[in-house]
Amino acid sequence: MAGKLIPTPSQTVGPFFSLGLDRPEWNDLTVGNPAGERIVIEGRVTDGDGAPVPDAVVEIWQANAAGRYAHPEDQQSDKPLDPNFRGFGRCATDAEGRFHFTTVKPGTVPGRGNSLQAPHINVLLFSRGLLIHLHTRIYFEREAANAADPLLSSIEDPKVRGTLLARREGSGQAGSPPRYRFNIVMQGENETAFLEL
Amino acid sequence: MASDPLPYARPLPGTQPPVLYPDYASTQKRAPKRAPIRLEHTLSETTGPVFEGGWAGPDSTDLTRRHKGAPLGERMILQGRVLDEDGRPVAGTLVELWQCNSAGRYHHQVDQHDAPLDPNFTGAGQAVTNAAGEYRFLTIKPGAYPWRNSPNAWRPAHIHLAVFGPAFVTRLNTQMYFPGDPLLAYDPIFQSTADAEAREWLIAQYDPELSEPEWALGYRWDMVLRGRHATPLDPA
Repeated sequence: MAGKLIPTPSQTVGPFFSLGLDRPEWNDLTVGNPAGERIVIEGRVTDGDGAPVPDAVVEIWQANAAGRYAHPEDQQSDKPLDPNFRGFGRCATDAEGRFHFTTVKPGTVPGRGNSLQAPHINVLLFSRGLLIHLHTRIYFEREAANAADPLLSSIEDPKVRGTLLARREGSGQAGSPPRYRFNIVMQGENETAFLEL
Repeated sequence: MASDPLPYARPLPGTQPPVLYPDYASTQKRAPKRAPIRLEHTLSETTGPVFEGGWAGPDSTDLTRRHKGAPLGERMILQGRVLDEDGRPVAGTLVELWQCNSAGRYHHQVDQHDAPLDPNFTGAGQAVTNAAGEYRFLTIKPGAYPWRNSPNAWRPAHIHLAVFGPAFVTRLNTQMYFPGDPLLAYDPIFQSTADAEAREWLIAQYDPELSEPEWALGYRWDMVLRGRHATPLDPA
């Protein structure tokens, strides 16, 4: 049963959130040199007109390369904690609605029952015009574990499912980390699959 | 096999704002049209960033002493607790705050309101809650300001606060308002939450006990985050 108090209602971050939420260094989750494959995730946030959203902020939360979250509730003792990886990132969009993160590719994490969740990054989106933030997930295309992922396999429409898949971009410079594209379409055709958590 | 994590409670109808609220014009092109996919909670939802250890930087709770001089306006203390639905304190979580100055202008290049900037006020702070879930800021009371949502629309005085809580699903971005503000009745952002009792949680209380004589007015404001379903093993 729910508790006794009513949770505080959400309110929009408005257009001036960078005053309080500006952490330009938080879009690089690899500064501590964590274990795992480095990846870059780039994307763009657009609205119902297809126009870029220049006043949004994207936050991500993910497991480490072994598939363990840096949180006391994750007690998977068979997987190492990585003292160099906190798993949290934030990036505000620029004038063209773009954001990017440098991180490590997460491992698989347990789902409910005996299921296994494919590697994914949990996403929060805040912006002017959002009274309450949106949730989605970034999965990776051509990942073997996707086929058995409970969320992905619950989505019947392949077009909707596809909105959750980050696309591998053409290789950049030799030695640079793989780049993935993950756009967030807030409304309309190709609208991102958002989650009710 | 580890057991499934205990899920967090879902908000009761009307106690959170909808994504589409036409009176707040900016929602019209930014609200998703497809219903969200309901997801049962896994470790991905019941874990979240941990801020103990100070990696988010030192607390910055006095917004009145950042510059050479004192900012103009009514000095005020904002103090409160971060709680879960059962009233238990949420300790060690990051609270981020931002606001406009006493004239109703943000220290932000996008804000072109014809009101003075205050060279002695930036309007940002942060704090990690203590063991009792408490936070405390010293600031100045923000002013009301016009916005272009509709003709002659004015935002009630408010302070933005963002808090994480223990899990990905407890993240909260909200705004604190002042008691008795006549603009609340006209503000679509405040009014977007249908449940009047839930809206009351957005309004701070004037607290004479918190006021400091000859110095600052005191406002008390608690934030409540989503709590967990109780189970037979969880007698709270």
